[in-house]
Amino acid sequence: MSEDILAGLAGIVNEVAGVPAEDVQLDKSFVDDLDVDSLSMVEVVMACEDKWGVKIPDSEVKNLKTVGDAVKFISAHV
Amino acid sequence: MTVSIKVPTPNAFTRILSVGAYSPSRIVDNDEVCLKIDSNNEWIVERSGIQERRYAAEDESVLDMAVKAAKIAVERAGIDPSEIGVLLLASCTYPYLTPSAAVQVAAQIGAVGIPATDISSACAGFCYGVGMASDIIRSGNAKYALVIGAEKLTDWFLDDDRSIAFLFGDGAGAVIIGPSDTPGIGPTVWGSDGTQTAALGIAPSFIEQRKDPANNVPMLYMQGQTVFRWAITEMARVAKEAVDAAGITVDQLDAFIPHQANNRITDALVRSLKIPEHVHVSRDIVTSGNTSAASIPIAMSRVVSEGSAPSGGLALIIGFGAGLAYAAQVVTLP
Repeated sequence: MSEDILAGLAGIVNEVAGVPAEDVQLDKSFVDDLDVDSLSMVEVVMACEDKWGVKIPDSEVKNLKTVGDAVKFISAHV
Repeated sequence: MTVSIKVPTPNAFTRILSVGAYSPSRIVDNDEVCLKIDSNNEWIVERSGIQERRYAAEDESVLDMAVKAAKIAVERAGIDPSEIGVLLLASCTYPYLTPSAAVQVAAQIGAVGIPATDISSACAGFCYGVGMASDIIRSGNAKYALVIGAEKLTDWFLDDDRSIAFLFGDGAGAVIIGPSDTPGIGPTVWGSDGTQTAALGIAPSFIEQRKDPANNVPMLYMQGQTVFRWAITEMARVAKEAVDAAGITVDQLDAFIPHQANNRITDALVRSLKIPEHVHVSRDIVTSGNTSAASIPIAMSRVVSEGSAPSGGLALIIGFGAGLAYAAQVVTLP
């Protein structure tokens, strides 16, 4: 399940921010490692909501610092 | 005995007859902004598209800029200021609660006596004004309307506020709207969401500051991610509704002139609306920054003066911002 979510998220990050999908690993920070800025992060979150039918409120977005944080959140809420 | 009262003779259609803009002469590039904030040119361009903005002089006011833009619009419309039947001025940075800026602009352009009032809808204010002015003229209550957006944002943020300081600029734009033989202003799609006042605004109030001087003076605040998310989802829907309400399709537009909030928002709207390549998309933010209620008429003036879209061509305009509030129309360009 988590692997599927990681693969899906990697595709989204690639599509939104042009980051190579293979760079999107659990321990990577969106901002520091992948250079996904705050506005791109909003688009990533929105694409995740569409793909998995989860609701990620703005107040939660700041807690999603790493790819692993996002995968964990989505896994727990799908 | 039943008597009926007289009502004005309505006009079937309206259009924008002219547009004028004024931008202050002082150009402030990203390097200058970065003298006060920990940032750099590349970071600012990537996040906003802005390369430079205009700052008003210390002694140059919202009124001064509004008057300059208004005079250009009036002259281009070829009307006498006394013929203006209503003046609506949109601003969120005019620093007096009363009297309104509008009555003083009326006096300064030689139109003492006309109905004049301000609109408090921040970045949506200009399109609110276009909608109201068009409807006032259609009702027959006025022949010509002067709608102005004028802002001096630089009075309302600290130049070392990293989240805000790079975004905003100063300026004014104005249009004259009048009756038309053919439809020139489509239905206004407008609304508000007063549950989201925390997303964007100016606070605290002067009263709070007066009661406790330890409070900050009123300054702009913004939750960038919240506003961005709202803008790229809800405003895409509103823009589409405005196009549908006008009975046209997106590929029939000649220009898309959104509020110049952030190029990233414009990019997302262009993608969502599937705006084709032949439609000119205003990117005036690159050199003007975000000028709130003034951004659409300033951008429109540029489209017209540079010939980026033809006179009489169709433009989709959409204003959105603090409130949250929004308004959009399809208009024919002057």
